[in-house]
Amino acid sequence: MEQLMQQVVSGLANGAIYACVALALVMIFVSTDHINFAQGEMAMFSTYIAWQLMQWGAGFWPAFFIAIAVSFVGGLTIERVILRPLHTAPVLSIVVVFIGLLAICNSIAGSVWSYLIKEFPSPFPKDTFGLAGLIGPHQFGVVLVTIVVLSLLFVFFRFTPLGLAMRAAAQNPVSARLAGVRVDWMLALGWGLAAAVGAVAGTMVAHIVYLDPNMMGGILLYAFAGALLGGISNPGGAVLGGFMVGVLENLVAFIGNAIEKSFGVYIIGNGEKLTVALIIVITVLTVKPSGLFGRVVVKRV
Amino acid sequence: MATTETAAAADAVARQAATAEPPARAAAVKPWVWAVVAVAFVLPLLKFVIPGVISDYRLFVISTMMIAAIAVLGLNLLTGFNGQISLGHGAFYAVGAYTAAVMLDKISWMPDYYFLTIPAAAVMCFVVGYLFGLPALRLEGHYLALATFALALAVPQLLKYKWLEGLTGGVQGVVLLKPSPPFGLPLSEDQWLYYYILVIMVALYFIAFNILRGRNGRAMMAIRDHQMAADTMGIDTAQYKTVTFGISAAYTGIAGALSASAIAYVAPDSFGFFLSISLLIGLVVGGVASLAGSIIGGVFTVLVQNSAQALSKFVKNDLGLPFDLSAYAVYGILLLILMYVMPLGIAGGIVMAWRRLRG
Amino acid sequence: MATSRRGFVGGMSAAVVFSGGAAFAQKKYDDGATDTEIKIGHTNPYSGPASAYGVIGKGIEAYWKMVNDKGGINGRKVKFVSLDDGYSPPKTVEMVRQLVEQEKVLCVFNTLGTPTNTAIHRYMNQRKVPHLFVATGASKWGKPKEFPWTMGFQPDYHTEAAIYAKHILANVKDPKIAVLMQNDDYGKDYWEGFKDGLGKDINKVVRHVTYEVTDPTVDSQVIQLKDSGANVFFNIAIPKFAAQAIRKAADLNWKPVHYLNNVSSSVASTLKPAGYDNSQGIITGLWLMDPTDKQWNDHPEMKTWREWMAKYMPGANTEDGNYIYAYAVSTLMLETLKKAGDTLTRENLMKQAASHQKLRVPLVLPGITVSTSPTDFYPVQAIRLARFKGETWELFGDVLSAEST
Repeated sequence: MEQLMQQVVSGLANGAIYACVALALVMIFVSTDHINFAQGEMAMFSTYIAWQLMQWGAGFWPAFFIAIAVSFVGGLTIERVILRPLHTAPVLSIVVVFIGLLAICNSIAGSVWSYLIKEFPSPFPKDTFGLAGLIGPHQFGVVLVTIVVLSLLFVFFRFTPLGLAMRAAAQNPVSARLAGVRVDWMLALGWGLAAAVGAVAGTMVAHIVYLDPNMMGGILLYAFAGALLGGISNPGGAVLGGFMVGVLENLVAFIGNAIEKSFGVYIIGNGEKLTVALIIVITVLTVKPSGLFGRVVVKRV
Repeated sequence: MATTETAAAADAVARQAATAEPPARAAAVKPWVWAVVAVAFVLPLLKFVIPGVISDYRLFVISTMMIAAIAVLGLNLLTGFNGQISLGHGAFYAVGAYTAAVMLDKISWMPDYYFLTIPAAAVMCFVVGYLFGLPALRLEGHYLALATFALALAVPQLLKYKWLEGLTGGVQGVVLLKPSPPFGLPLSEDQWLYYYILVIMVALYFIAFNILRGRNGRAMMAIRDHQMAADTMGIDTAQYKTVTFGISAAYTGIAGALSASAIAYVAPDSFGFFLSISLLIGLVVGGVASLAGSIIGGVFTVLVQNSAQALSKFVKNDLGLPFDLSAYAVYGILLLILMYVMPLGIAGGIVMAWRRLRG
Repeated sequence: MATSRRGFVGGMSAAVVFSGGAAFAQKKYDDGATDTEIKIGHTNPYSGPASAYGVIGKGIEAYWKMVNDKGGINGRKVKFVSLDDGYSPPKTVEMVRQLVEQEKVLCVFNTLGTPTNTAIHRYMNQRKVPHLFVATGASKWGKPKEFPWTMGFQPDYHTEAAIYAKHILANVKDPKIAVLMQNDDYGKDYWEGFKDGLGKDINKVVRHVTYEVTDPTVDSQVIQLKDSGANVFFNIAIPKFAAQAIRKAADLNWKPVHYLNNVSSSVASTLKPAGYDNSQGIITGLWLMDPTDKQWNDHPEMKTWREWMAKYMPGANTEDGNYIYAYAVSTLMLETLKKAGDTLTRENLMKQAASHQKLRVPLVLPGITVSTSPTDFYPVQAIRLARFKGETWELFGDVLSAEST
């Protein structure tokens, strides 16, 4: 029983990581309709910026906010410089561009900061935070930060004119343009926001998985699955989806163990937990094709 | 049935395809295709004329290009001509390779009849692809991308699965022998492998050409361009989509089986996620919905990685840049540049340039 | 047809002239060696999942640069050709064939990875090209009977794990062992060795779990291990996951006797990120000096290494043990080439590689030497156990090798 609790809580903690990255994926998706495969590597790059600032003597929070600001500008620039000229290109060509970006981010980080794993500090006080023995202070902090970011985004999209303009630009670019929204800048803004959310995700993740250029490789897939499970067009859904995938994955391994213990037959274990979790996600998606909390988009033909 | 999910991805593929070369509308095989095939058959003989250029190693590299081309061709049938996106064709490649490897390893007389692994891999992958195509019917665009992405990650892990270890060799993989030339032909292993792969590639190319030229091909493309319209015209879209998935998987599986023979070793590490990605890159860079583009794409996937290394060395040693530009970064930059210059892929670019030249 | 035959004959006669000339000068060369140059091939994962090891290739390249600056080997400069295989076996085959058939290297040296080397194992031996000092600890590289052209370098995982097993049985009362293992051939090799070492005491292993390199964390696995009630933990993981496991065990307040595989023994890349507090008392097997270990600061070899790093690898991370590895393995190659003298044939190179007598290789722990023979293709075979104390390893006990266990 204790193990079950620990597995669920550890799953939630991992889920918080996926949720953060999933949120960044959703940001780009709602504004541009693309899934950015380079999102993980961009977040990793932002994290290195924060790390470098701390090496130069900055405290955690200043480094954190500067990295977010730099990432915001960086994301904006990538959209304006690299993707803007390609806005008429077919979607598969854009995917290839994302893969190119992924390769560039990954190898530049490797050449500048080396592939040696680095320790990344946690901003959360060690003793006063978390629930002893169940969830560490940092894990607890990550869950809180994810919820804060989600709430901020909710407020931004719901109650500010800029947020409204962004939603309009994404949903109906032509009408939005007629209403005076500068649609192309809204897309760039979406990228900037995504990069900023990615920076938050990266700086939160790095303490748990350690900082190295390949740290986001595995995480991106889970985030992708989480975002789709929850509904890729819905930030709240994506966050919930991320948490679900985290818990699901641990439960699969737990149940596999339990089966092996009671019946003495090995069916599933740690080696198959990703596979089984993904099969479950895909099965859910075949039943509910727009995700658990996604909006059904009715398309005119 | 109302389309519930944005089919933006499929639409974009259709748009891309419309501008690329339309082989289905061509009445017969173009003469230049025959010319290329003829040159390919003569190539190893040039060894006697220019021994420095045509070496066994170069033939081997061309063989790996042809294998990649077959795999990309399979992906193109699905993505380019039928509008279903796959980020996980490496999985079928792995299934094909392992089907061949297990047969060669476990059946004592099989190494003498290694060519039987090709139909076996094709059947195996057709079945797996067809079955995977069933749930895929319910998924579109990004969701299909996720499902196939998951497949690409799951297969290497399944190869290590405890109960399959006896067959697949688990993490150690299976070491094989290269096929040797039959009937005492005076060919080296690499020359023989080259012809073996070339014949299969040409055959598969013409099979694909004939499928696409006829009624079935038109149905496949109609589904890609507008599924609902195809539906109302009486095309059994579900049947076409799943069968296309199967055929596409079979093509890629044949490529995998050939690679098992050419490399003479299979291991889970050979079929990582990057394999699926490079097939997709080959597809896009070569030319979506273009048969000739698939071949270009196959050549490209092998060529670009090697030239990225050479370029990276050049930047480091000859330009003397202060920082280290790794081959992987060069690879990424090359991809970006290519997509700028030719967003429709190399085949699309050539067609556009040709049209412009003719006015 | 006539042209082609003439070309063929021409090639033949050129070959005859060449070999005749070589014999006359009493120097013998195979492909890749001349009066002025020795060509060595190498593959390494500069990109892809194992790119952390890319620095080994860069280190080796810098090492040959130093050798050439000092005048080369017997007057010959070393041309080191290093290619990226991205840790993908098919790519390794292609790259190594390029090295052997196009670049015509004398030998292939320190190619990295077990699956990648397995893919070229038979090719190298068919071609009879030396495949020397491979960068993998699998136990299959020292089989001179079946593969006379392939030789390993480092102590193999199998032996190392068996040493830990013996140590556990001798020192831990009523051991209940939990094992965390990376699910690939590297993890498997350790696991097999560990099982062999335990022998009939295999039932002492109460829990054995695996992880995949694509897993973000191993938290879930460590929870399972703790739950088994084990009092010994054998950690077969690469640095990132080993560090996670050490920290998670501490977070869960699980305090087993912790054995860490040598792969993750680097202080800078495993124990420092895991936290020194969490790492106290961990046991590992070492055979190379750790650059962060202060006890070697005054060791002449370490000083030479630091000077070399400063001059040839400016800006590189001097805490990275991979550069120590690169330096040590390159020195062994250098000694082998020096011994080969002017007879730079592939056969002679293999003969020299298989006849080292208690050779001291720099940066290897004191007391460990390299010995090889025509039947012993394992250059470094011994390790010393060490316990983590404070901020570094403390060696204890004797030099241990496969024979002594």
